[in-house]
Amino acid sequence: MMSDRKELIGFLIIFVFGILAPIVAPSHRIQFSELFIFMVFALTWNIQGGKMGYNTFGNIIFFGLGMYLCASTQISYAFNLSEWTAAGGINTFVHTIPEYFISLPLGLLVAAIVPTLVALVLGSFMLILRGHYFAIGTLGLGIAAGEFATTMDIWGGGMGMTVPIWPKVDGQDLELFLGVGVDFFFYLTFVLFLITFFTLRWLYSTRFGLILTAIRDNEDKAEAMGIPTMRYKVTGWLFSAFFMGLAGALFGNINGYIEPNEVAFNGATFGVYMVLMTILGGKGTLWGPIIGAILFQLFKEFFWTYFLGWQLVALGFLIVIIVVFFPEGLMGWLRGKKPEWFGEVVDKKARLAQVTINTND
Amino acid sequence: MILIQAPFLNLQAILDGVMIGAIFALVAYGMALAWGVMNIINIAQGEFVILGGYITFAVYKLGFSPFLGAPLSFAFLFVLGFLLYKLIVNRVVDKDMFISILATFGISIMIRQIMNLIFGSQVETALTGLGTVFLFDHNITIALVKLSSFAIAIAGAIGVIYFMKVSKLGRAIRATAQNARAARILGVNTEKVYAYTYAINAALCGLAGSLVVMTYTIHPYMGLPYTVRSFMIVIVAGLGNIPGVLASGLGLGAMEELASYAFGTEYRIGLVFLLLVFILVYRSKKLAKRREYLK
Repeated sequence: MMSDRKELIGFLIIFVFGILAPIVAPSHRIQFSELFIFMVFALTWNIQGGKMGYNTFGNIIFFGLGMYLCASTQISYAFNLSEWTAAGGINTFVHTIPEYFISLPLGLLVAAIVPTLVALVLGSFMLILRGHYFAIGTLGLGIAAGEFATTMDIWGGGMGMTVPIWPKVDGQDLELFLGVGVDFFFYLTFVLFLITFFTLRWLYSTRFGLILTAIRDNEDKAEAMGIPTMRYKVTGWLFSAFFMGLAGALFGNINGYIEPNEVAFNGATFGVYMVLMTILGGKGTLWGPIIGAILFQLFKEFFWTYFLGWQLVALGFLIVIIVVFFPEGLMGWLRGKKPEWFGEVVDKKARLAQVTINTND
Repeated sequence: MILIQAPFLNLQAILDGVMIGAIFALVAYGMALAWGVMNIINIAQGEFVILGGYITFAVYKLGFSPFLGAPLSFAFLFVLGFLLYKLIVNRVVDKDMFISILATFGISIMIRQIMNLIFGSQVETALTGLGTVFLFDHNITIALVKLSSFAIAIAGAIGVIYFMKVSKLGRAIRATAQNARAARILGVNTEKVYAYTYAINAALCGLAGSLVVMTYTIHPYMGLPYTVRSFMIVIVAGLGNIPGVLASGLGLGAMEELASYAFGTEYRIGLVFLLLVFILVYRSKKLAKRREYLK
């Protein structure tokens, strides 16, 4: 863990950024909300991949599920869902203001609860798998989810569906009003990020956090010490699913359009992004995923602006570079350089001796 | 229900499945080779298959028989596999397995997107012009192209197995798989063995891909199901069990065909992935009773 002062500076930067960003750079508000969603991705992936040592590709299921469930709840509160998807949405049905602001919290509630329950069921058998079998099993599960969503006609099948648009008051300038919607969802993602961050910060400081680390280091020994590891692994997944469901719900509303394989259950982009961001920043640390998400969003915007058409090739290349050359991430690299920043007691003499041994090797 | 009521449909599905299963087995054999020798799981497997398909498709578009494309795909993918090993894969061989999964995932995304840019995103197939054989009063049809691709796949697999048994390189590969350190002490250049193993794996996928484009269709994004199928076949058969790979490959093909007749083809890929999860969980549950787990 970082020292208190540095953590305080980190909080301050994030708070100032979160409050001022939409005012200073209004044209990038959507990218900024995406950044907060990505931070939630990385933070929740880190519970499994970083703390617990269970590299999952399956957290995308909860994201996509949350997205679909929130949108369907929002729509069915006021209209008939199948008519909505059949009409292709947009101009035929518009929520009134009270309808919109009652259905959105309901949608968020459903998008938080159902994925958590799904995680409980899935976790009870998936988390028996270990190591790379877990990784490939969850990869399969994520893609199966996308394939089955394609066959769901009520959600528009492979064509996808639209999400309710921000309600319009008569006589208001449309552009201004949609702008308010973008601001609204920006602050919602910011709040979601804060809740996720502080929940996990508290979680890692408890006995629960220690047990997760114990599972990563040696699960059999942890079990031999009398820890019911399965229960802890599933609980860890519940936290991920809860926040991923909410992130999906918000992302669906920001994106305005849901499609099974390209948006909701996109294991090849979002499913890999979360792994990459965490590895880039440094897995197993609290701040690593956040730093990784910021760096990754910068890379991504750069690729999408200057290599349009080749952006996914560049993404593949980036994966290879990160994995091959920086498997320990930025925090890992920093830790090797400046262990005292991480509250490790450094004995200069012992460290020097260690360095000489390494060079002799 | 439909499975019991229509015996000929059943037989037809099993025949079709077995013929495509031979292609799956070929890809799975490549994966088992790379996994057993180098201890990496190659996620780019499926993209190699599709790329091999596109090479054959290009040969077909130039006006030649697609059968001519099969050796060309084999050779091209062999060279590509060798280069990829020298550039990327050699850096992840001795690392954690998840690192190799991610690195090959990156390779697979790159290949997939480059194919999408070069060949476009239409579904493609290469026609061989071979006819169809009808049996039992036209109730059973056997496309000759499927039959010949089955024969080529089996011949390819047997060729590689023979190569492994007889040639010097093959023996070096088997020695490295048994114990890399001992092989190194006894003078085997394991770096070279790894490079050729990865190249042979890619070449097998390329051959399989050229059979896929002749008998079925290809599309840049269709790679991942082949990776998952081969992974599934390898874990069912067990590493190093070559007859097992063939048997479970054929079995998987037959099962897939039957399932897509019973539930509809739109569920086919989803069911493949669910089957993978089911097999993994089933095997782990059995092992968990003895306090063991899949390693």
